[in-house]
Amino acid sequence: MMTNAQQLRDLPAGADVHHEDPTAEGHGADREVAVASQWQLTWWSFRRHKLAMVGAVVTLGLYLVVVFAGFLAPYAKSYYSAEHAYAPPQAVKLVDDEGNWGLHVNPQSAEQDPSTLQLTWTTDTTAETDLGFFVKGQEYELFGFLTLDRHLFGPADPTSEEPVYLLGADKNGHDILSRMIHGTTVSMTIGLVGVAISLLIAILLGGLSGLLGGATDTVIQRVIEFLMSLPAIPLWMALAAAVPATWTPLERYFAIIVILSLIGWTGLAREVRGKFMSVRQEEYITAATIDGAKRGRLIFRHMLPQFTSHIIASLSLSIPAMILAETSLSWLGLGLQAPVVSWGVLLQEAQNVRVITTAPWIMIPGIAVVVAVLALNFFGDGLRDAADPYKH
Amino acid sequence: MGPYLLRRFMIMIPTLFAISIASFVLIQLPPGDYVTTLIAQYSAQGDQLDAARIQALEQRYGIGEPMIVQYWKWISGILFHLDFGESFAWGKPVSELLAERLPLTIAMSIGTLLFIWAVSFPIGIYSALRQYSVGDYVFTLIGFIGLATPNFLIALVLMYLGMQYFGTGAGGLLSPEWQGAPWNLGKLLDLLGHLWVPLLVWGTAGTAGMIRILRSNLLDEIRKPYVTAARARGVSETKLTLKYPLRVALNPFFSTIGWVLASLIAADAIVSKVLNLPTMGPLLLDSLKSQDMYLAGSIILISATLTVIGTLISDLLLGWLDPRVRLGAR
Repeated sequence: MMTNAQQLRDLPAGADVHHEDPTAEGHGADREVAVASQWQLTWWSFRRHKLAMVGAVVTLGLYLVVVFAGFLAPYAKSYYSAEHAYAPPQAVKLVDDEGNWGLHVNPQSAEQDPSTLQLTWTTDTTAETDLGFFVKGQEYELFGFLTLDRHLFGPADPTSEEPVYLLGADKNGHDILSRMIHGTTVSMTIGLVGVAISLLIAILLGGLSGLLGGATDTVIQRVIEFLMSLPAIPLWMALAAAVPATWTPLERYFAIIVILSLIGWTGLAREVRGKFMSVRQEEYITAATIDGAKRGRLIFRHMLPQFTSHIIASLSLSIPAMILAETSLSWLGLGLQAPVVSWGVLLQEAQNVRVITTAPWIMIPGIAVVVAVLALNFFGDGLRDAADPYKH
Repeated sequence: MGPYLLRRFMIMIPTLFAISIASFVLIQLPPGDYVTTLIAQYSAQGDQLDAARIQALEQRYGIGEPMIVQYWKWISGILFHLDFGESFAWGKPVSELLAERLPLTIAMSIGTLLFIWAVSFPIGIYSALRQYSVGDYVFTLIGFIGLATPNFLIALVLMYLGMQYFGTGAGGLLSPEWQGAPWNLGKLLDLLGHLWVPLLVWGTAGTAGMIRILRSNLLDEIRKPYVTAARARGVSETKLTLKYPLRVALNPFFSTIGWVLASLIAADAIVSKVLNLPTMGPLLLDSLKSQDMYLAGSIILISATLTVIGTLISDLLLGWLDPRVRLGAR
C-alpha cells in the first residue's frame, strides 16, 4: 500500500497551485491530495492538459451556440434574397470614406455577363448598411417556448432590403453565417443522441458479455467481430439509401442516428466487457460478495463507478466520429436533406470544383466541422488521460 | 504456424457466410423485386417486356419462391459461375461492370497503403524519439487536422488549390488528350501526374492515424525497463531503439491492413466522386441512389470480403512477426 501514497504525492502539480496557504509547506498539498475524491483528482489532472482545456471550452461554446442559435444568427434559416445568390462575403467597416464612425457594410450588387453568364459583383461604396448589436429582426423561438425578435447583431434597420452576408451567400441567396449557426444544432446533437444510443446497447451487451461470460460472451463477441469486419461507410450508405424518401425530415434524422450508432456501439461494448472482466476479479468485489451484496448493488455501486470516467472519455471520442459520418453521408446526399440544416447539408452545395472556384466561401461550414471535431478530440483525449488519476 | 493458419481459415468461413447474408438482405431491402422494377422501367419508356423474358428472369432469380431459395440461387450463381446478377441501370451483367473497375480500385488501395506506410513510418519514429520538439508538434497538428477534416473536403480543397495555382485539370485519371490513346510513356506520365491527388487524399486520414499509433506505441516501448537496462550497459542509442522497441511498435503496421483496406474502400466512395475516378465507389453510390440492388449488394459483398481477406493477411503477417500472437491465442 506504500505505492499508493507515493503515487498520490507525484500526482497533481495543479494541487500545489491550487493550495494557497504558504505556511502549509507542501504537506498541506499532500493532505489535500490524500483526501481528494476521484473526481477532484481527475479534474486536477485534466486541468494540466492545456489543449484539452481549450477543447473543453470550444466544445462548451459550441453547445451554447446550439442553445442560443436563434439569437446568435442574424437571419432565420429560411431567409433568402434571390438577387444575392453566390454573393461574396462582405467586409465589416468601422469608418466610411467620409470619416464617419459606425459599424457598417457596403451593399453589393451583381451583373451578369450575357454571353458567359458569369456574375461580377460590385461593391457600392457610397451606400451603407448600418450594423448594430441587439437589433430587432425576424422572430425566433428560444428553448422552444420563448418567442423573441432580438438578434446579437444584424442590420440596424430591420426593414432594410439590403441583406448583410458576412460570410457570403449560397446558390439560393441564403446567409451562410446564419445557416452555419442554425446547422450547429443538428450537427452537434446528432453525435450526442447517437452516442447515447450506442452507449445503451454497449453497456447492456458489453455488460452481459463481461458479467456472464461463457456462451453468452462468445456469441456477443462473434457478433461484434462480424460488425467490426464490415466496411462501415459502404454499409451506412446502403442503409441510408434504404430509408424511404417519403419520410419526414425528423424521421429521417432519427433513422440516420440509429444507422450511425448501429456500428458505433461495438468498440464501446468491447471496452465495457474488458472492464467488467478485470474488475470482477478485484479483491474488493470478492469482499463485497462475501459481505452479501446483491448483484445489482455489486454492479451499480461497486463496479460501474470504477470505470464511468473511462466510458465518458470513450463517449466524447466517438461523438466527433459521428459528426464526420453525418457530414459525409449528407454530403453524398444519403444523410439529412434540406430543409433540415446541418453542416453536411450546407456542404452539399460544394459538390464539385467548378462551384468552388466561383464561390469558395460555400466551403466555410467545413471549418466548423474541423473545429468541432478537433475540439471534441482534444477534449476526449484529455479526459481519457485524466480518467485514471492513479496511473503513472 | 500450421494449426494457427488452419484456425484462422476456419474463422473466416462463418464471417463470409454472415457477410453474404447481410448483402442479400440489403438487396432485398428496397420495396419491390428486380423483375417488377425492370417491368416498371420498361413501361416508363413506353416499352414492354415479353412474357417469356419475364418468366426466364423470375426463374433465374427465384422470384416468388421462399427467401432461402432466392438466397441459394443468388449465392450459388456467384460461387459457381461468378454470376452476380444483372444491373438494370446499366443493362449489363454486374460482373462485367466490376471487372472494369475492381482492378483500379485494388491497385489504388495498395498504392495508398504503401503511401501511408512510406510517410507515417519515418514521421512516427521521429515524433516518438523527439517528443515535444517543434517537428513533433507540427506533425501532430497536421495529423489532427487530417483526422478532423472530412475526406471530400480535403479532396475539394486540394483540387481547388491545384486549379488555382498549378493549373491541373478537374480530376479524372487522364488528361483529355490521352483518353483513348494507346499506352505509351507519355500516357503513363500523364497518369502518374494525376494519380498523386487521390493518393494524397485517400492517404491523409490513414497516415494521420498511423502516425499517432506508431508514435504512442514506440513511446510506450522505449520507456520499458529493458530499454533502460540496455542503455545502462552502453548499447548505442540507434541500436537501442531500432533493434527491439521499433520491432514491437511495428505491429500496428500489419495489424491495421484489414481496416485500412476497409476505410480505403469507404474513402473511395467519397473521394472518387469528387475526383471523378473510375473506381467502385461512385458505382456503389449511383447504384444505391437508383436502387440498382444487385450491383450495390455485389459491391458491398466484395468490399466486405476484401476486408476479411485484409484482416486475414494482417493476422498471418502478425503471426509470422510476433510469436506471442501465433502461440498465445491457443
